[in-house]
Amino acid sequence: MTEAKLMKGNEALAEAAILAGCDAYFGYPITPQSEVLEYLAREMPKHNRIVMQAESEVASINMVYGAAGAGFRAMTSSSSPGFSLMQEGISYLAGAELPCLLVNVNRAGPGLGTIQPGQGDYFQSVKGGGHGDYRMIVLAPASVQEMADFVFLGFDLADKYRNPVLILSDGAIGQMMEKVEFKSYTPPVVDKSFWATTGKPKTRERNYITSLFIQPERMEQHNLKLEAKFKLMREHEVRWEEMNTTDADYLFVAYGLSARICQKAMDIAREKGIKVGLLRPISLFPYPYQRLEELASQVKGMLTVELNSGQMVEDVRLAVKGKVPVEFFGRLGGMIFTPEDIELQLENLITNYHAN
Amino acid sequence: MQTEEHLLPTTALEVQAPVCQEEEYELVYHKPETMVDVSMHYCPGCAHSLVHKLIMEVVEDMDIQEKTIGIAPVGCSVFAYDYMNIDMQEAAHGRACAVATAIKRLMPEKYVFTYQGDGDLAAIGIAETLHAINRGENILIVFMNNAVYGMTSGQMAPTTLAGMKTTTSPDGRDTSFYGSPIKVAELMAQLPGAFYVTRQAVNSANAVRRTKKALQHAFQYQQLHKGTCLVEIIGNCPSNWKMTPLEASKFIDEEMVKTFPLGDIKLPRAEDLKNIREEN
Repeated sequence: MTEAKLMKGNEALAEAAILAGCDAYFGYPITPQSEVLEYLAREMPKHNRIVMQAESEVASINMVYGAAGAGFRAMTSSSSPGFSLMQEGISYLAGAELPCLLVNVNRAGPGLGTIQPGQGDYFQSVKGGGHGDYRMIVLAPASVQEMADFVFLGFDLADKYRNPVLILSDGAIGQMMEKVEFKSYTPPVVDKSFWATTGKPKTRERNYITSLFIQPERMEQHNLKLEAKFKLMREHEVRWEEMNTTDADYLFVAYGLSARICQKAMDIAREKGIKVGLLRPISLFPYPYQRLEELASQVKGMLTVELNSGQMVEDVRLAVKGKVPVEFFGRLGGMIFTPEDIELQLENLITNYHAN
Repeated sequence: MQTEEHLLPTTALEVQAPVCQEEEYELVYHKPETMVDVSMHYCPGCAHSLVHKLIMEVVEDMDIQEKTIGIAPVGCSVFAYDYMNIDMQEAAHGRACAVATAIKRLMPEKYVFTYQGDGDLAAIGIAETLHAINRGENILIVFMNNAVYGMTSGQMAPTTLAGMKTTTSPDGRDTSFYGSPIKVAELMAQLPGAFYVTRQAVNSANAVRRTKKALQHAFQYQQLHKGTCLVEIIGNCPSNWKMTPLEASKFIDEEMVKTFPLGDIKLPRAEDLKNIREEN
């Protein structure tokens, strides 16, 4: 670890990209994540890395495709409207099995929406987003420290599965300043020689990158191969954090910024004698279904808290299988709940279901 | 190595490597080693197979197979990587120049080319194309202009001639409704990043020779790092033009060249060419 620095989330993420051995970054300005491009435009050339402001998010993601296909560590970042533009390219990246790191600093939508934080891109991130059958590991940072840490983790997971990895952040985590420490890290040596397009020597067959399998029999085989990878991700890459769950009668379920605010709501509730815990999914795909199901046998009810109209709550309900009530509380349009708002919703849940 | 099942290896047909039946004859022609030895899916009389071969001949002549990376488009030539025996990437529709940009920036000593049709380059991908050229990316763009969408069976393209009938302009392209065909080479030559821009055809032996020469130059110019080369090739598409291959060749000379005149549009300055080196 180096000494602690005070940094913006977006800048910590950008610095981590350099330390993680990112060979190339391609991006397009959009609030609230333009600091990533600005930081890297300034710093990457000092390390002889490639940084380019592309003509659009569509171009950015396809530049990532080219770089990743040639075997380089490549990355892009954007925010919601821009990230929507990248969905076709992400589908191609997954289809062609190209490792890369993607970042969406979520703002409120739909449409042009607003530049304030939101979590409305949950469905897009974890249920596909682009066309066709694919998944990608989605990591949701809840601090500036995690904005940095997940860059290293994300690149490694991308290489491990030859699949894109997404860091799904939000406008608040991206913009706020906190203490961050960068770990010392050496990028692992990954053998990409059997697929990367670096020029065909006489000693090997040609490599080509494609997601096209025109024969349905071949396409299905390819789909099954991808599905086997997604199954491995579900088995090995589920990540979450728990707070105060040991004695909990109730549970907040929230990720990213919402989880941060839930921590304070939890303190308020506990001071009032309500035993509430917090489960914070860190990987949104794969999702901690199993742990939530276990907790459903312990707690009397769950409150899912999101900055959207209710998206992750569907996964919580899938996990809980109706064993306990799962309620939802959200704010929209870039508006953010206070810890008191959340605590009040918990009291309402208790009153509705368990009042004596 | 993957092989697509729609491709027949010639060994399956028991075709032998070319041999001279009579010893006094000298073997004067063979398929370049940089081509994969399979039959192609292209229609009879289509320009793609010929242009694929010309590019691969240049790669063989320059002995740069190990340094060449191609980008295939979406369209009829989506399977180019089945035929060109080099490392290739298949790009999303229209995005070949963005893909090529990244590859070339990361590996500036490699030879990087895109191979794109008129729908891919001039409709859905014109932004990526224009910006790549404007940045002066040191890539070669091989632009196949046959004035129709081939793969999807003959719809109107940005380059469809005025009055030309296609499946989506059944009464002929109405320029008051759809505008006039885009002259890609002339348009892109305006950009300072364009180093060499030419328009050629492959509908006669002479035209083929000129096209090969243009491709040779365009590959060599990549050594200079002076900007983008764009070789537009007017391609025959007899199937979608509803013509015989010979009629299609004639159509190019009699009609296509009126809108798309052949020849060099932007040539490098002599002082820029001093540093060309012979590979190997």
